[in-house]
Amino acid sequence: MAAGGDLESHGVPGWAQAAPFALVFAAFFLLPLVFVVIVSFWDYNDYQMLPTFTTRSYVESFDGCLTDLPNLCTMFKTYVSTVKFCFIVWALTLVIGFTVAYFLAFHVRSTTMQIVLFLVCTIPFWTSNVIRMISWIPLLGRNGLVNQLLVGAHVVDAPVEWLLYSPFSVALAFVHLFTFFMVAPIFNSMMRIDRRLMEAAYDAGASGWQMLTNVVIPLCKPGIAIGSIFVVTIVMGDFITFDEMGGEQIASAGKMIETRLGALQFPPAAANAVILLGATMLIIAVLNRVVDIRKEL
Amino acid sequence: MTKRHNNAGAGVTRRNLLKAAGALAGAGAVSSFPAPAVWSAEEKVLRYLGTAVNQSDDIIKKVKDETGITLQNIVATTDDVTKRVITQPNSFDILDTEYFSLKKLVPSGNILPMDAKKIKEFDNITPIFTKGQLPNGKVIGDQGTAPKKVMFVESEHSTKFSKTPTEWVTLIPTTYNADTLGIRPDLIKRPIEHWSELLNPEFKGKAAILNIPSIGIMDAAMVVESLGKYKYPDKGNMTKAEIDMTMGVLTDAKKAGQFRAFWKDFNESVNLMASGETVIQSMWSPAVTAVRTKGIPCVFQPLKEGYRSWASGFCMSKGVTAKQKEWVYEFVNWFLSGWAGAYLNRQGYYSAVLSTAKANMEPYEWAYWMEGKPAEKDIHAPDGSLLEKAGATRDGGSYDDRMGAVACWNAVMDENDYMVRKWNEFIAA
Repeated sequence: MAAGGDLESHGVPGWAQAAPFALVFAAFFLLPLVFVVIVSFWDYNDYQMLPTFTTRSYVESFDGCLTDLPNLCTMFKTYVSTVKFCFIVWALTLVIGFTVAYFLAFHVRSTTMQIVLFLVCTIPFWTSNVIRMISWIPLLGRNGLVNQLLVGAHVVDAPVEWLLYSPFSVALAFVHLFTFFMVAPIFNSMMRIDRRLMEAAYDAGASGWQMLTNVVIPLCKPGIAIGSIFVVTIVMGDFITFDEMGGEQIASAGKMIETRLGALQFPPAAANAVILLGATMLIIAVLNRVVDIRKEL
Repeated sequence: MTKRHNNAGAGVTRRNLLKAAGALAGAGAVSSFPAPAVWSAEEKVLRYLGTAVNQSDDIIKKVKDETGITLQNIVATTDDVTKRVITQPNSFDILDTEYFSLKKLVPSGNILPMDAKKIKEFDNITPIFTKGQLPNGKVIGDQGTAPKKVMFVESEHSTKFSKTPTEWVTLIPTTYNADTLGIRPDLIKRPIEHWSELLNPEFKGKAAILNIPSIGIMDAAMVVESLGKYKYPDKGNMTKAEIDMTMGVLTDAKKAGQFRAFWKDFNESVNLMASGETVIQSMWSPAVTAVRTKGIPCVFQPLKEGYRSWASGFCMSKGVTAKQKEWVYEFVNWFLSGWAGAYLNRQGYYSAVLSTAKANMEPYEWAYWMEGKPAEKDIHAPDGSLLEKAGATRDGGSYDDRMGAVACWNAVMDENDYMVRKWNEFIAA
């Protein structure tokens, strides 16, 4: 970067500035994606892919989806489960993330303190998946700390089983991990709010709640939208958290792909990946309808 | 078997580094093109792809000392090993894999069979592999991908399995074992004798199965037979209807809350059992040992219906050079010569050539591990840690008792594709 100068004024055209990233994007994202789509239309046997066009992977993936109605087929059941978690985790991370960001942006006065507390939010990322998995068992397990406390305090007679390897523990782990993805963009949006707007609202007699709903939330919309995209895309594609916290008994779209990959069935895995991509893009398109991120930025 | 250990760093030795430095220096001083052939003539290096069962640091070190061969470990899960052979056959020289994978690997043409004539101890390999019977002649269960079915190919470059022994061996066997359910006797407090106990409502919310479809469904089939619901012609090669029925039994159990969790990784199974989350589950022998070394009672319970067995062995990549080929034979011959076999036997696995392993074990060790006799002295693992106190006997008894009770072998079914789809349906149920 030329110090203190606008690149455009030095004669570097816009397309040239965008080119390096565009090339990286094309080589490491678009190209592989094209391959995935191509492979999803290939045939396969036990040990290899056969490069002949077939819709077998798609047809078999949606097997029974029409004939079994009103019962849901595997594909629909799996997506109902995935989208359900997506929604629960999105709602929880949004409320918690917004609250945390609000506290950081408006209640913490010193910048140093803001940075320190912001970094504290990243602590869940300091451990690996394996360590998290092992550390939840002594806490939430049948003989874990929480159950010992509950039984000890005579709140329950027998250990509570749904604390671990349950939808509850999956949602808990997701929220624990991904709230930060909400905090960061919302905090960023909040810091950009002109404080004079808040003062003006206050002077005009707005209550705290009115200031929140009429000033802060509308101006945080881009942050909320970006955070939502992070959370939704991660949860949609996740299988490790589902496996570890759900005891591998809860279906997710990512898990379905992993099972096919494990059996060396690359074309159906690719087809499922394309379906997942489509489903996720649909959700994001809806989000974009609600908040026009490009305009708001 | 899917084991995760990480020995990936073991391949980099000081000599390797020096060699590389020398090669660079030589290249700079003498010519503009380094001459790797000169260097590899001195240094015998083999890239060794496997699932870590046989890839311990002790074995690597011993091989290096006795043959001069440097093994560079590439460790992956069973699934990933297969994936790698299919997609990157030039990324390894020697392969350590399971017999049931052969149905996928051999037709791909990416592996080379081994010449039985060059294997010194070939005739002493236990007849379990060549004939499907114990050394004492007892014929054992051969449902599933029993080694004898995929042990030989028709010729050196054939991708067709031969029903009768030939000179060309797909895998030279190294390790095998008989798997069963692991239980927590302190929490169950009564004898467990049948596979059907896995789905006994008494253990609701305290059972687990293996989330590797091809193996999990066979454990389920053992349960179905034990319940008396159905007798499979071949548990390792089910028809679509049999798959539907078996998955139906599993699905009902899952919906009723029978399972606490499924597991895929060795360590997960240890955690589930050690923490008391489960009291009965599919398990592997070293995982039972791992629970026991924490001081927690755990038994690899022999069951009336028998064991589900697995076996692994060595073959080569199609990409090996003539020289590398010779080193592979040298390594495999070393592996069967006794030290490694004794090492494996001491971990609770079985070695392919019993006679050489016996010569490398103390008589009391042999008596405990292989003859099912009470231990005369304390039994130690290869790393020196105490496994059993004097007086203990091995779960399931002797080699003949355990391997003689094998009912089926890990397998890849003809309807594998259908089965995997059904497995996803089961998870979603």
